[in-house]
Amino acid sequence: MEIWSLPFSPSQRAKLLSAGYTYLHSFSHLSPSALAAGAQTAWDILCEDRTMNHITTSCEDLDGILGGGISCKEITEVGGVPGIGKTQLGIQLAVNVQIPVEYGGLGGKAIYVDTEGSFMVERAFQIAESCIQDIMDKVLQTDDVGVCQENLHVNAILANIFYFRICSYTEQIAVVNYLEKFISAQKDVKIIIIDSVTFHFRQDFDDLALRTRVLSALAQKMMKLAKKFNLAVVLLNQVTTKCTDGSFQLTLALGESWSHACTNRIILYWKGNERCAYLDKSPSLPLSAAPFSVTTKGIRSVASSCKRMRTT
Amino acid sequence: MAGKPISQMGLPNSIANLFQARNILTAKDALSLTEFELMELLDVAMDVVTSAISHISEIACPPCQTALSLMENHVKNDYLGGHLPTRLKGLDDALCGGIPFGALTELVGPAGIGKTQFCLKLSLLAALPTSYGGLDGCAIYIDTESKFNSRRLIEIAENSFPEIFHLKGMAQKLAGRIVVLRPTSLTEFTESLQQIKLSLLQHRVKLLLIDSMAALLSNECEWDQKASRQDSLGWHMSFLKSLSEFSRIPVVVTNQVRAQSSDYASSYPFQVHVRDQSIRNSERSESHLVGALGFNWAHAVNIRLILEAHSGITLETDNGIEVAGPDINTIRCQGMVLRIP
Repeated sequence: MEIWSLPFSPSQRAKLLSAGYTYLHSFSHLSPSALAAGAQTAWDILCEDRTMNHITTSCEDLDGILGGGISCKEITEVGGVPGIGKTQLGIQLAVNVQIPVEYGGLGGKAIYVDTEGSFMVERAFQIAESCIQDIMDKVLQTDDVGVCQENLHVNAILANIFYFRICSYTEQIAVVNYLEKFISAQKDVKIIIIDSVTFHFRQDFDDLALRTRVLSALAQKMMKLAKKFNLAVVLLNQVTTKCTDGSFQLTLALGESWSHACTNRIILYWKGNERCAYLDKSPSLPLSAAPFSVTTKGIRSVASSCKRMRTT
Repeated sequence: MAGKPISQMGLPNSIANLFQARNILTAKDALSLTEFELMELLDVAMDVVTSAISHISEIACPPCQTALSLMENHVKNDYLGGHLPTRLKGLDDALCGGIPFGALTELVGPAGIGKTQFCLKLSLLAALPTSYGGLDGCAIYIDTESKFNSRRLIEIAENSFPEIFHLKGMAQKLAGRIVVLRPTSLTEFTESLQQIKLSLLQHRVKLLLIDSMAALLSNECEWDQKASRQDSLGWHMSFLKSLSEFSRIPVVVTNQVRAQSSDYASSYPFQVHVRDQSIRNSERSESHLVGALGFNWAHAVNIRLILEAHSGITLETDNGIEVAGPDINTIRCQGMVLRIP
């Protein structure tokens, strides 16, 4: 029996034809998943998720609400007011992704796309030094100190952070398009951080509809990269105000359509004089908050009193 | 990079001609459209579009550097390792050496706290020879509130670096390296910025100071045109950043504070209890002063130094006696001796 005589809608018929099935018997024995190329059953996905990797943030409370840390294969958006610590978190993650597998990390490399010029190499050096120190402290409790010292060196960590300085939205789109080729060549890249995804899109765009289209194309490409190479994508975002019920509230920039693009969203905010992180969107974890602090060593859990006045 | 013409990118002739025919001439034009839109416009198959776009993107993309090579370049090429030491030990330690080159640093604080004094000292430090820890170059001081006082500058110089300033003609030489501009409107300021770009290389400018940014805008528009006011700074933000990064100089900007108004957005929708509290709480302590110019500007700044009258900053009188408390509003003769614990 030929396809034309079967009850398929024109578009379905066209798809079957383009896949090469002209007669009923050529596909009647195939299972649904074989026909829909690239589909997976929910059970397969569950098995995969169990082995999903997390990148620690060095703050136990924050790792706790994130289910172990920033997840690979997902896009995590981190937003907050200026000065709350978004770039600090970005740099911490770029260092933590490189923690060797034997010490609980991913042993991968990081790509840091800087659109604002906030990346300070000296700060990355400080954070990398403290990260190595923390690992050494843990290792001292066992043995293998000598081996550890050989493999971990600050310069090696800095050499594995690939830095792109972006000066316009065109370059931002170009770098996202180029990353597929770059990552295929590099191998082992496990995190991409864009700091911040908002900056160039906020000033140069008059046509908001175009902005939405371009941003969603960007988000889709990042999602493809995350899934294909099994890496984490972290997008740092800025805040803006919006008026609801007559009062002004803070919200993340780039609008409603963009807020659908990410898989997880973390909002960093001030609670009195303490910094907190709120998990605002997640497909599987409960929404909750955790305090954290920014110290000379990087992002850490809240110790005792860390009073800081701030002016936004 | 964004303006690079597609004709020079080495694409196969067939696709390059199609781009030309549809008036897509630069990388910016091509990358502003989604792949689907391009497919419609050029009437070619998706895989042709995809490969053309990835080729264009690879060329338009800026080169990659590792963080290690970034650090090595700073150490090798920049004066003093890429930082201008402020000579305030605690501050220099916190900033990994001093005010960073290639970044926008903001000084925020209430009126009278010492922002202009700080700027005067920084301009002096830029003019000093490198043997004294300076940058040995010119400083451009954009003074929008007419606060620059040469006499005060010389006073600071003579008291901070007496060994240099006693040399004949030194005061004139160093003061001659500080160029003061006084724009009275945003348009004039924009023009001055563009002129600065031209003369940057010629005159070995090592520091750009803008004191203050907020004053320009408060002259310009009404308070309720907040949206347009913030947009008008967009160009200036990008320009200042690109200027500082391109010429590897520090750019310091001062900002005013204003009291938090009742419609100031300070909380997110999930922070319900905070909002109720602030409605009930009518007292405003000093910690509720907010920087002027809004979020957009605040996000653009790379480093923010907040000057406060209490919590850790003290001033000394001539006799070396510490003055503390919120009533500090004058800084006496010694120039500036700030001790940060």
